[in-house]
Amino acid sequence: MSSEIAPPAPGQQAPPHVPAGDAGSRPPLWRRALRWETGLVVVLVAALVFGSSESATFASQTTVFYAGINIGYIAIMALPMTLIVVTGEIDLSVASMLGLSGAVLGDLWHHGWPIGPAILVALVAGAAGGALNGILVTKVGLPSIAVTIGTLTLFRGVAEILLGSQTIPTSSDRPFPTWLTNIGVVPVPGTELSYTTVIFIALAIACGVVLHATPLGRAMFAAGLQSEAARFAGIRVARMKFWLYVFSGVICAFAGILLAAQNSSVSYNAGFGLELNVVAIVLLGGVSIFGGRGTIPGVVLSVAIVGSLQMALTQMNIDPNVQQIVIGGLLLVSVILPGLGRGARWLGSRPGSLRSGHKPPWARSVRHRL
Amino acid sequence: MSGGPASAASRGASADPGPGGSGQAGTVLHLRHAAKAFGAVQALTDGSIELYPGEAHGLVGENGAGKSTLVKILAGVYQPDAGELIIDGEPVTFAGPAAARAAGVAVIYQEPTLFPDLSVAENIFMGRQPVRTGRRIDRAAMSRESVAIFAQLGVALDPARPARGLSVADQQIVEIAKALSLEARVLVMDEPTAALTNVEVDRLFKVMAALRRRGAAVLFISHRLEEVFAGCQRVTIMRDGRFVLTAPATELDVDSMIRAMIGRDLGAMFHKTGVTPGETVLEVQDLAREGVFSDVSFAVRRGEIVALAGLVGAGRTEVARAIFGIDQRSSGSVLLLGKPLPGGNPSAAMAAGAAFVPEDRRQEGLVMDMGIDHNVALASMGRLSRGGLIFRSAERKLALTWASRLQLRYGWIGNAVSTLSGGNQQKVVLGKWLARQPALLIIDEPTRGIDVGTKAEVHRILDALAADGVAVLMISSELPEVLGVADRILVLHEGRLAAEFARAEATEDNIMRAATGQAGKDAA
Amino acid sequence: MTARPALVPGAPRLASVLRAREAGTAALVLVVFGAATLRDHNFADVNSIQQLLVGASLIALLGVGETLVIVTRNYDLSVGSVLGLCAFVVGDLFRHQHIPVWSGFVIAIALGAAIGAINGLITTVARVPSLVVTLAMLYIIRGVDAKLVNGHIVLPSQVPSAFAAVGYRNILGIPWLAIIVAVVVAAVGYAMRTFRPCRDLYAIGSNPEAATLAGIPSGRRVFMAFVTSGALAGLGGALFLALFAQVDNSAGVGYELNVIAAVVVGGVAIFGGSGTVVGAALGALLLNTIQQALVAVRSSSYWSEAIAGALLLAAIAFDRWLSLRVARGLRSAKGAHRDLSVADRGSPT
Repeated sequence: MSSEIAPPAPGQQAPPHVPAGDAGSRPPLWRRALRWETGLVVVLVAALVFGSSESATFASQTTVFYAGINIGYIAIMALPMTLIVVTGEIDLSVASMLGLSGAVLGDLWHHGWPIGPAILVALVAGAAGGALNGILVTKVGLPSIAVTIGTLTLFRGVAEILLGSQTIPTSSDRPFPTWLTNIGVVPVPGTELSYTTVIFIALAIACGVVLHATPLGRAMFAAGLQSEAARFAGIRVARMKFWLYVFSGVICAFAGILLAAQNSSVSYNAGFGLELNVVAIVLLGGVSIFGGRGTIPGVVLSVAIVGSLQMALTQMNIDPNVQQIVIGGLLLVSVILPGLGRGARWLGSRPGSLRSGHKPPWARSVRHRL
Repeated sequence: MSGGPASAASRGASADPGPGGSGQAGTVLHLRHAAKAFGAVQALTDGSIELYPGEAHGLVGENGAGKSTLVKILAGVYQPDAGELIIDGEPVTFAGPAAARAAGVAVIYQEPTLFPDLSVAENIFMGRQPVRTGRRIDRAAMSRESVAIFAQLGVALDPARPARGLSVADQQIVEIAKALSLEARVLVMDEPTAALTNVEVDRLFKVMAALRRRGAAVLFISHRLEEVFAGCQRVTIMRDGRFVLTAPATELDVDSMIRAMIGRDLGAMFHKTGVTPGETVLEVQDLAREGVFSDVSFAVRRGEIVALAGLVGAGRTEVARAIFGIDQRSSGSVLLLGKPLPGGNPSAAMAAGAAFVPEDRRQEGLVMDMGIDHNVALASMGRLSRGGLIFRSAERKLALTWASRLQLRYGWIGNAVSTLSGGNQQKVVLGKWLARQPALLIIDEPTRGIDVGTKAEVHRILDALAADGVAVLMISSELPEVLGVADRILVLHEGRLAAEFARAEATEDNIMRAATGQAGKDAA
Repeated sequence: MTARPALVPGAPRLASVLRAREAGTAALVLVVFGAATLRDHNFADVNSIQQLLVGASLIALLGVGETLVIVTRNYDLSVGSVLGLCAFVVGDLFRHQHIPVWSGFVIAIALGAAIGAINGLITTVARVPSLVVTLAMLYIIRGVDAKLVNGHIVLPSQVPSAFAAVGYRNILGIPWLAIIVAVVVAAVGYAMRTFRPCRDLYAIGSNPEAATLAGIPSGRRVFMAFVTSGALAGLGGALFLALFAQVDNSAGVGYELNVIAAVVVGGVAIFGGSGTVVGAALGALLLNTIQQALVAVRSSSYWSEAIAGALLLAAIAFDRWLSLRVARGLRSAKGAHRDLSVADRGSPT
């Protein structure tokens, strides 16, 4: 279209951009700085200071290395989880997929398969599991929280069927190849970082770029905020969510292989209960459970906080259980604060905008009306 | 769907129980000179209505006449800015819906609010279930009382069945029963027959008669004029947010009603550029969606603005959604610039050059919590990226360009669109689609909920678009808008094309007739 | 004037629909039981049945509270950790403070209720999704619990025999434990059918907006649902202590997801509004029976988890299919059609 829109009728001024009522102009710098991520930076610095002051060995590369080992595989799973939560869904089957892929790997290894194809099959299993989640959520239209609680049980169950109570490699099996087990023991050549750390960073950069700088990422935010409007703008919301679940499945399968490498073994209950850790890390990172908000840098900071706190407390010989309490407390505070803000805003809103008890999208199935 | 004048009259006879029904024994409810504004939009300027016990009172008016706002004031959802509400001779203010209910005013909305998982009886009595000793719910009593209420209404509905799966008509009956169990003395029914079959409408009228015999007043809001005649003793007509007149139904006929509903000077509100239409852009052939609309065929050419007019429920939005692909079609074809569009695929429609500004901009048109710039760019993301990455500066430039072209009033381009007024929000939606330089723009209710000034701007925008060679398909319920902006007007009535008018020959009168199914009947 | 019947042909009564779902689950229990007995006759002997009942009891008990919460469209993920904490606290009080047996129960219930109250408060006042709140509480409580335990496991010798008797004594061959749980299930089940505040829970889950419109105090009701869930988890802790007479920090770990699985399989809709506690208890019984059956049939019990997962998915899909089918029935009954109703979107029409 070449021409300008018709000029205003004579007598009417064309307004310059006039601040509308309460919209205001660009928020001042201090306001923009007061974001979730800033708070996380503060907490991280506090954690690091705390750690260094309480433990002589804290501020060292060994610490970073072992932190990467401890939390790396969990952190890796938090990245696809972030994307899924941003689109308004959830995936509670992540830790079970981790266990399942390890079980597939172990079972094939036990039956004499070479390690390469075994790893490949494990990854394919991850994709298949993710696809199952994806279909049930997008095609069948079931709420994702229910579906993934079901697949969580199912995947864990299949892992149990494959491995029973064995730990692979058993005494009669070949041990895992050294190059694999080295991943869990030896730093990446040229650095002092563990393989899991490097993989996490690479994946974080990739996810961060996608989420924050590509049309696909923008589509994810739109789908999480207002999926109807996203659909009306031509975004294929269902297709996007489906592939996100497949992506999650593959990444969790990959994490399972990393864990197998670290432990030099697999058992069926690997990663039992870890899905809640992953959710906690994602929420602590500032990702809204309602969808449509969150950043990868926030999640990375959250990983750093949790990882360093765990290391610090471990080095201080503090009960690992206190770590549990600390993380739980952090999570609680991190969701109550915005919750109170929301509550206050609701109290002051106009009567027409009744958004009370706004249910998260993953608890809804496709509009089940009368 | 609705019978002709003869059956309407006979229905009227059987529905009116006689002189005892509309006694003048004291007004039960009187709303005087109520006014209500939302921001810059004055929804109601002078709303008045008076109800006597035992009467069925019709309320008619076009979309935007203020009926819905008036109802919400009666329901206690809104508090009027001016005017007073008098119940049984005492002025009252309703702090909220509960207060209205306590005063005996019950509203039956178009969307029933029932609990699908609970039984019919429990739906009626939720929160007030009859109890016996020890505060235990007495299901037998609840069932008995439900049956009794239904008997009063002249229907038989099994109180023990779950509410899920009830037809809309039955849901309404349950809502009415709920109101009765609350001893409602005024029942307001908002478009109750919109989704009912003839048989169900008959039953509803019998129910209304039963209500009136109990002394309740029924306020019956409807677009279906024959039904208003058939079921009501008196009719109030509203227009442009004001009360126009109240008269006994016997003293009115369809013509006089329509005249009262729309009578106004059009005035030269629109500057319409003369455009010679070019090639056919959109061609719709025998489009149908089962149960919703059928046999819809028309074309829109370059530079033309074609309006789809009709009543709420006629199927206009559904036709548009089917064309764009949001909904599936059951049969028929859609050709855009000569190429057929696959059904149910909005992306394909967009790629072929179609754009769709939906009716509900808050849920479908905009991502409310996203910034203005992001919203404007949302449908153009592909073109704004280089090597897969969004080019932020290009995005910003696009948004700023369109903001200034459309004279958007905003604070900062990154503000969430929820901070904008309705009119400006609509401009953002327009900007989003115009940024794609579409060949066809489908726009559903372009100026709903927008202040007068921005309305005019939007009309100018549409006019300029047509002048530029875009084909525009506009759905509107506002007759002045339709008459002022459109080159051709297609009128839908209950899923079918009832009439087509060229700009020169269209009048509010003949559009309204066609929309209410009067076209082809007794030509005046 | 004739009353024209408006019955929808074949429409079932609500009560019978509910009972049918429960009966279905019960029937499945019997089927599995029967099949297992065919393979191994010992499955049907007294000891084995007692084991079945006891094994399902704790999950069934937690399922009762979880049902109340899920019916309102919320989730309580903290039940397992509450159970573990209460089990330990009571055990610890027994060995150090020598409290009387009955107060063991009281304290467990009270502690559980207190935690439930916290969950309820945060959910209703701060408007945080219950999934997140109870998830965080799960962490905190596990941590606190483990810190308290700190290696000082409660041992059988430290538990008063009168208390532990609850765990292994029978009446007429039926274990006390199972009776206690059955009584709770019956009582709560009765309450859920008979008292208005409990019916409110169903309304809140079925249509939250309509519930508010009807004047139901949703916040208060949901709060009470969480308190009850916590209290029952506390009771579960006491019973755990009685049953196993031993508590370390692994008590109750992982229970919450088992409970949700049992409850959903038992007919409680994951999106709220429907389901019975009897159904939930039967669901727990079914899952436990499957597990024991697999052991008895000497194939691995390794399949039980996978079967539970598959059953869970099937139950969710089935319940959804059911409501879709009914909704489709509604649509075809409509003769006419209508536009989107935008009357209530906040913009005046």
